[in-house]
Amino acid sequence: MSDEHFLRVENLTKTYGTTTVVKGVSFDFAKGEFISLLGPSGCGKTTILRMIAGFETPSRGSITVDGENITAIPPNQRRLGMVFQAYALFPNLNVGDNIAFGLKVAGIGRDERRTRVEEMLKLIGLPGYDKRFPYELSGGQQQRVALARAIAPRPRLLLLDEPLSALDAKIRVSLRQEIRAIQRELGITTVFVTHDQEEALSISDRIVVMNAGDIEQLGTPHDIYNRPATRFAATFVGQLNTLPARISDAAAGQANLGGRTITLPGLPSGIVNGAEIGLAIRPEMLSPVPRAESDISLDGTIHDVSFLGSVVRLRVDLQGTMVNVDTFNDQSAVPPSRGDAVAVHMASRDLMILPR
Amino acid sequence: MKPNKLWAWIVFGIGAAYFLVPLIATFEFSLKMRRGYYSFDSYASVFSDPRFQTTFGYSTLIGLFAIVVGILVVVPAVYFVRLRLPHLRPLMEFITLLPLIIPAIVLVYGYIRLYNSSSIIPFTGSALGTDVLLTCAYVTLALPYMYRAVDTGMRAIDIKTLTEAAQIMGADTARIITSIILPNILVAVLSGAFLTFAIVIGEFTIASLLNRPAFGPYLQNIGANRAYEPSALAIISFIITWGAMGMIQLLARFAPRTSARTD
Repeated sequence: MSDEHFLRVENLTKTYGTTTVVKGVSFDFAKGEFISLLGPSGCGKTTILRMIAGFETPSRGSITVDGENITAIPPNQRRLGMVFQAYALFPNLNVGDNIAFGLKVAGIGRDERRTRVEEMLKLIGLPGYDKRFPYELSGGQQQRVALARAIAPRPRLLLLDEPLSALDAKIRVSLRQEIRAIQRELGITTVFVTHDQEEALSISDRIVVMNAGDIEQLGTPHDIYNRPATRFAATFVGQLNTLPARISDAAAGQANLGGRTITLPGLPSGIVNGAEIGLAIRPEMLSPVPRAESDISLDGTIHDVSFLGSVVRLRVDLQGTMVNVDTFNDQSAVPPSRGDAVAVHMASRDLMILPR
Repeated sequence: MKPNKLWAWIVFGIGAAYFLVPLIATFEFSLKMRRGYYSFDSYASVFSDPRFQTTFGYSTLIGLFAIVVGILVVVPAVYFVRLRLPHLRPLMEFITLLPLIIPAIVLVYGYIRLYNSSSIIPFTGSALGTDVLLTCAYVTLALPYMYRAVDTGMRAIDIKTLTEAAQIMGADTARIITSIILPNILVAVLSGAFLTFAIVIGEFTIASLLNRPAFGPYLQNIGANRAYEPSALAIISFIITWGAMGMIQLLARFAPRTSARTD
């Protein structure tokens, strides 16, 4: 088995009664990759993770890790590590014993266990914490200990089930960077489940966007954000404006947008003249001032101004269509006001034709 | 003092007197063995009675066995029902309440009919067999208390996630129960154990009808034939029971603490 197919999931299906929560999902991941399963609640991402862990039995399909089919193997024989949303540290054991638990189960000797615990505590930035109990630690510290406990036995695969969801915003950002740094250092293949798109975009090598038990798109964060394959992927990941347009000359790839004729890049086949389409564009690709690449300009009125710190978001009424326009904060400029007239500039190459 | 508080204290005082006056009266009576002044003669008489030592020792031993068997039966049962078969909880609740509904006399007659010396399983045919039967009867009698104590303990921890966390690190079910679940519900289990002990130490009906030399029948026998010693024994039993309850309170302080901090 090559490293390219380290984790292979084939036709994975999970049915509860008459409800199918995972619908024949297949994917392949390489050794050392950091993969995120991203999607809204109930999309089946956690069920897939739990099937990989062995806590749920697939109705159909198979899971292979490093060439070994683990579909029917009990969780305690899969040699995987997992971090849970609720930390799940053993309250009766101190930090050192929590981290050493998997090593003890594996029959590793006392001296080696102690060495490995010290290594792990150093790795997570908590040296000297081995005698403390979980209730004496903050949430972020507990989750770092949970991570150390999961990776101490050197598992083949690390599973992270929304490990940052119970933490406050600031700790979440710093811990996700720590998790990524540790994952890179150890080169451990990691599957991360999250509903937070920012989290997934910031730390993943590849993202699986899921919806209603199926994969909508699998790709790098850059691809998912800039070239969404489905309408769901486009709208779920990041902010998106949709502008209504009508195809004026399908053969020439031309459409009418706000009374102007524009040429669209890569018009999908099967679209006929007169067809109503939605053109999607990210807020940061719209600008209140013309850029070199701008070839479309639409007049509108500022409906609202939101100051978000580094970004100022304008909500603009473009002839009946509301769009968000993101601009970088400029401390020397006075922000525009509600009711101001504004010209919104964009480049036709940045427009995405949303698949129906 | 506010009128509301005053009434609360009055009600509390009446309630306390209801419980304490008979207790104080019994204690006072137990000290009157020697005419004219108070003494602990009745207590000395009780403690020096070899039957006291034998029956108390016997009931303590049977109580310890009942606790061990109770833990071995109840802890895995509650664990698996909470983890894998939660829909069976109402049935478990019902079954564990039965010993409170069915009188002990009915229970012991049932045992005697089922396990007499001419039955397929002749427990009552030997002293050891009867001791085993008595232990099982006490496990049943203490089931409502042991089950609830253990169930409450398991409710306080997230057994599903802790089980999964231990499983993914390679632990099997036996190790999960002994290394993770049991230590985290130890205080609850000990509460159930002390309640079991408190029930066993004074139980009369089953021990008497199975003709075993337990502390309960001894108490009854002394009560029927002596004047001051029964009062002394009542106070001793009371102290033992309250000692067991006090231990439960004390142990609650050592329960493993969980944290749900988000910082």
